[in-house]
Amino acid sequence: MNDSGIDLRELYQDIILDHGRHPRNFRALEHPTHLARGHNPLCGDRVTVYLAVEGDRIVDVSFEGRGCAISTAAASLMTEVLKGKTVAEARALFAQFHARVTGGEAGESPETLQDDIDRLEPLTGVKAFPVRVKCATLPWHAFEAALKSGLAAATVKTE
Amino acid sequence: MAAAPLRFEKATVRGFDPRAVRREFPIFTTHPELVFLDSGASAQKPRAVIDGIAEFYRTDYANVHRGVYSLSARATDRFEEAREKARAFLNAADEREIVFLRGATEAINLVAHSWGPACLKAGDEIMISDVEHHSNIVPWQMLCERLGARLVVAPTDATGQFDLAAFEALLSPRTRLVAVTHISNVTGTLLPIARIIELAHATGAKVLVDGCQALPRMPVDVQALGCDFYVFSGHKAYGPTGTGILYGRYDALQSMPPWQTGGGMILSVEYAKTEFQDPPHRFEAGTPDIAGAVGLGLALDFVESLGREAIAEHEQALTGYAVDQLSRIPDVQIAPGGQHQLSIVSFNIDGVHPHDVGTVLDQHGVAVRVGHHCAQPLMEKLGIAGTVRASLGVYNDEEDIDRLAKAVEACREMFVR
Repeated sequence: MNDSGIDLRELYQDIILDHGRHPRNFRALEHPTHLARGHNPLCGDRVTVYLAVEGDRIVDVSFEGRGCAISTAAASLMTEVLKGKTVAEARALFAQFHARVTGGEAGESPETLQDDIDRLEPLTGVKAFPVRVKCATLPWHAFEAALKSGLAAATVKTE
Repeated sequence: MAAAPLRFEKATVRGFDPRAVRREFPIFTTHPELVFLDSGASAQKPRAVIDGIAEFYRTDYANVHRGVYSLSARATDRFEEAREKARAFLNAADEREIVFLRGATEAINLVAHSWGPACLKAGDEIMISDVEHHSNIVPWQMLCERLGARLVVAPTDATGQFDLAAFEALLSPRTRLVAVTHISNVTGTLLPIARIIELAHATGAKVLVDGCQALPRMPVDVQALGCDFYVFSGHKAYGPTGTGILYGRYDALQSMPPWQTGGGMILSVEYAKTEFQDPPHRFEAGTPDIAGAVGLGLALDFVESLGREAIAEHEQALTGYAVDQLSRIPDVQIAPGGQHQLSIVSFNIDGVHPHDVGTVLDQHGVAVRVGHHCAQPLMEKLGIAGTVRASLGVYNDEEDIDRLAKAVEACREMFVR
């Protein structure tokens, strides 16, 4: 019952629906070392990403905000895979994830991150829905902005 | 040369047959399964408009008001004929009250930039409603900032109805302009425009009406209403994009300085001084969208051929049907559209983001708009991030609404359960 022949359940897989309804790490950190806001002016979605970084390791990560099932699930899954990673590993994960959802060149994926890349795999369904790719990448862009700006509370926009 | 004849015979729509109307829109030949419920954002184009524009370029095209050659004279005639059609459509007293612009947004900006500084001073007030589109908020907000004037917002009540008593209480001798929409682009509320104009005029305020949603679907008589300005976009009235009309009472237009300047709007130019034309040409600097205006004229012909009473009646019934069908679905919340709601139904499914609904509906071949609909202050008031909006056009029928309802059900099943 759709014109494009794309199965909606490719986009809305159970894990996406689950994380969309019951996001993990959905709270503010009491003592973040980094935070940033993501804003999609098109749909009004907003997400704030909090990080606690010790040395070069992300010891805690959380988010708050209001968004669609895709952006909420993307943020929730992101917090799960980022916790305990080094900043370099986290950046490598983002590069892999970004390439996979946009259909870009992923490059070599580090062996140690394969489990996390697999964990994010359900989100790659957005590839078939170009207008929804930004929903999946918004929290990651906020994460990247937080790394850059520390506690200056940068805001990234999707446009 | 006469306008391209309408192939649509009025007789075929006696009693209004949206399926017959639909056949006049080539987009539905290309996409037979499309359920298009986003005419509030932009309407599809009938064959008469699409072919008429091409025919104009093939037969009568040249610049207007410039050449002495006969082709240019014919182009000018076609352009001015479109102005006359717009005059008749609005029942304006004089075709010099019709200014061709790019759209309603440009029309409102013209009034804000030209009429505003000439007629407002610090301490004056501009009143809008709380269901306005950004295009009828931001130009006034910026004008108020520049002049030290104040933007006052008249509320709608919990049922979505415009609160006339509150409006009357907010009116004062400081109110210089009331700028309100005729029909809300979010809730479909029909505002009591005649009464608003009467009350505003009684305190000496001018009135601008944003007719984008109303004009394509109900009779509008600017003389009977008595409004000072009425604006609309051609593309929402089945005409081409990049076209729109500012209607202004001639005395109001005559008192206004030019906004944009250049060719076509001058009487004489010397390095020391320029004399400007009278309205409407004073406000039409540069080569206008000639073919666009011709196309808009054809679109207005098309709408008239269906009859705006008939369209209003059809869309009123269909709006009621949509509200009824959607409200039967559990977890669906409809944004209240007051006692008179026309052609627009906004809703949410509890716990499901409008963008997710939009994607699911799209997969069911149903095109709706989701988001804040360029009305963020209203979303803020309603306490929501956005809505799913179904908006009707002359080609929609009950089957479209049934498919919408079915897709909403499917969406609910997927997300709520």
